[in-house]
Amino acid sequence: MANLAINHVTKSFGSLAVLNDINIAIEDGEFLVLVGPSGCGKSTLLSIIAGLDEHTSGSITIDGDPVDGLEPKERDIAMVFQSYALYPAMSVEQNIGFSLEMSKMPKAQRLERVSKVADLLQITHLLKRKPGQLSGGQRQRVAMGRALVREPKIFLFDEPLSNLDAKLRVEMRTEIKKLHQRLGATIVYVTHDQIEAMTMATRIAVMKDGILQQFGTPEDIYDRPKNVFVATFMGSPAMNLLPATVVGETLSLKGADAVLPVPASVVAPLTEGREVLLGLRPEWLSLASAGSPSGPSLPLLVEVIEPTGPDVFAALRAGEREIMARLPTGTPVAPGQKASFAIDLSKAILFDAASGVAL
Amino acid sequence: MPAIVLSPSLAAVTVCVYGFIAYTAILSFTGSKMFARFDFVGWRQYERLFENPRWITAIENMAIFGGLYIIGATCLGLFIAILIDQKIRLEGVFRAVFLYPMALSFVVTGVIWQWLLNPGLGLEHMMRSLGWESFTFQWLIEPERAIYTIVIAGVWQVTGFVMALFLAGLRGIDTEILRAARVDGAPIHKVYTRIIIPALRPAFLTVFVIEAHLAIKSYDLVVALTKGGPGVSTELPSTFMYSMTFTRNELGVGAASATVMLVSLASIIIPYLYSELRNDRHA
Repeated sequence: MANLAINHVTKSFGSLAVLNDINIAIEDGEFLVLVGPSGCGKSTLLSIIAGLDEHTSGSITIDGDPVDGLEPKERDIAMVFQSYALYPAMSVEQNIGFSLEMSKMPKAQRLERVSKVADLLQITHLLKRKPGQLSGGQRQRVAMGRALVREPKIFLFDEPLSNLDAKLRVEMRTEIKKLHQRLGATIVYVTHDQIEAMTMATRIAVMKDGILQQFGTPEDIYDRPKNVFVATFMGSPAMNLLPATVVGETLSLKGADAVLPVPASVVAPLTEGREVLLGLRPEWLSLASAGSPSGPSLPLLVEVIEPTGPDVFAALRAGEREIMARLPTGTPVAPGQKASFAIDLSKAILFDAASGVAL
Repeated sequence: MPAIVLSPSLAAVTVCVYGFIAYTAILSFTGSKMFARFDFVGWRQYERLFENPRWITAIENMAIFGGLYIIGATCLGLFIAILIDQKIRLEGVFRAVFLYPMALSFVVTGVIWQWLLNPGLGLEHMMRSLGWESFTFQWLIEPERAIYTIVIAGVWQVTGFVMALFLAGLRGIDTEILRAARVDGAPIHKVYTRIIIPALRPAFLTVFVIEAHLAIKSYDLVVALTKGGPGVSTELPSTFMYSMTFTRNELGVGAASATVMLVSLASIIIPYLYSELRNDRHA
């Protein structure tokens, strides 16, 4: 178990930078998720941490010791691959024990370690089988067993759940989280799925085009995104972004003929007439009822209702703007209805319209 | 509709392949000499076959040639495939160079190697004219060694094709597996012996089946390279079968030798195919 620091890591192929001055540091036992759209450099960064790829500049330290230039086996890490990368000609037992065999551990001790891990992952009955005879979920477990058996300082996961079906993915997600809590291991996990990132991480690093957009706890990332990209990438349905102009102490929503007060979270002074984007998560809207204390609200037309079970997603219209709201099931709304919706401005975020940076 | 499309070729295969196999098997139990006759003589032709020292030589040569040809071409082909798989430059050029011998017929291969190995024309002559007067390489005309010249020519011709098959197999291996092996700390020779080569099992099956049938039916190579000689020292079952059937008027013995070849080939390949295909279904 160990801490990990990524200091000013840059990777470029000629003039093309795939990673640009990445700085991330996590403590012992943390679960770091690298998340971003495909091609953002998250997998490359993981490969660099593993020692499978080399970075152009910067340094990586594990437990304070620089590991730059070391082979993967010298870094005391273990990795779970997206395709599981099981050795097809070996049994499950040999697959899990292969790294120990390569480090010349005596056979008796090796088998003991393998059986302990198999027990933990409930795959003891599969030990004699070949990977070709296993289902996707079982292969996934074997791949995790191969990492666990080494008892490394850091576990690296490269989109390990992306080949599983939806139900199994949710199960394995919980299982990985349980393992993390039980072993207290330091984990770096790559995914493009923002729900995986939110549910599993203790720290999230959101990346785009080789640049670290924001690094923080899931709450930070969700409630206080630093820019429009992070705001819209994390959360589903995505955050609503309403173009507005600053008029005195209020925001005049463009194309909607409505005025709202400036959110309390804004600390930067706003000049008159500044173009901004008002960021509202769908759950920050609710149906204004007669009894509730009066706050800022907007009259909106309900266009489409999408029940999901626990929630109802409602596509609302204000002039030219469409706004998504997440309402509790049972909220009395119907398509075509006009209603007044309360807006929780204590959470709302204001972004600069040109740069996309939060104000 | 599929039945209509397939039926002409099915009929052709049934008559021309299986029909004539059956006809040959029947002939081997008759006393046929120059022409087919249907006077059944039981196992007599098989007894005569195995009493014939030329047939025994042919079988011994088959074992030497077949064994060395299969082992040699497989090992060499795999080795070249592994070298080419190292992300080298000009890969396409190398692949083509190694594959070209496959484009030549066995007869051409035989003639080329006959020239190369001929003491008065080829390698020996060249070394001597370069000044190495004592250089001697006369395998082609030594009865004990001549069979190995056929192995050399055969391996030379088929290695490129074997390489292409293995290369396809190597390219089919998930690169993440190689990365996983690196993380697991496996040295490069272990990666090959423990992971990559075992993963090439299907390619080994294909290679073995192709080499085995090429070895057993090889006829033109021998004819072009040594004509079965010196003497009968490079006689193979196929050349024996041909000369018995068509030049020595022993149709019955020829048919018997052909049947023995078929049965021995089948007894090697059928169990192998059976076990491999059954494993595949389980996997």
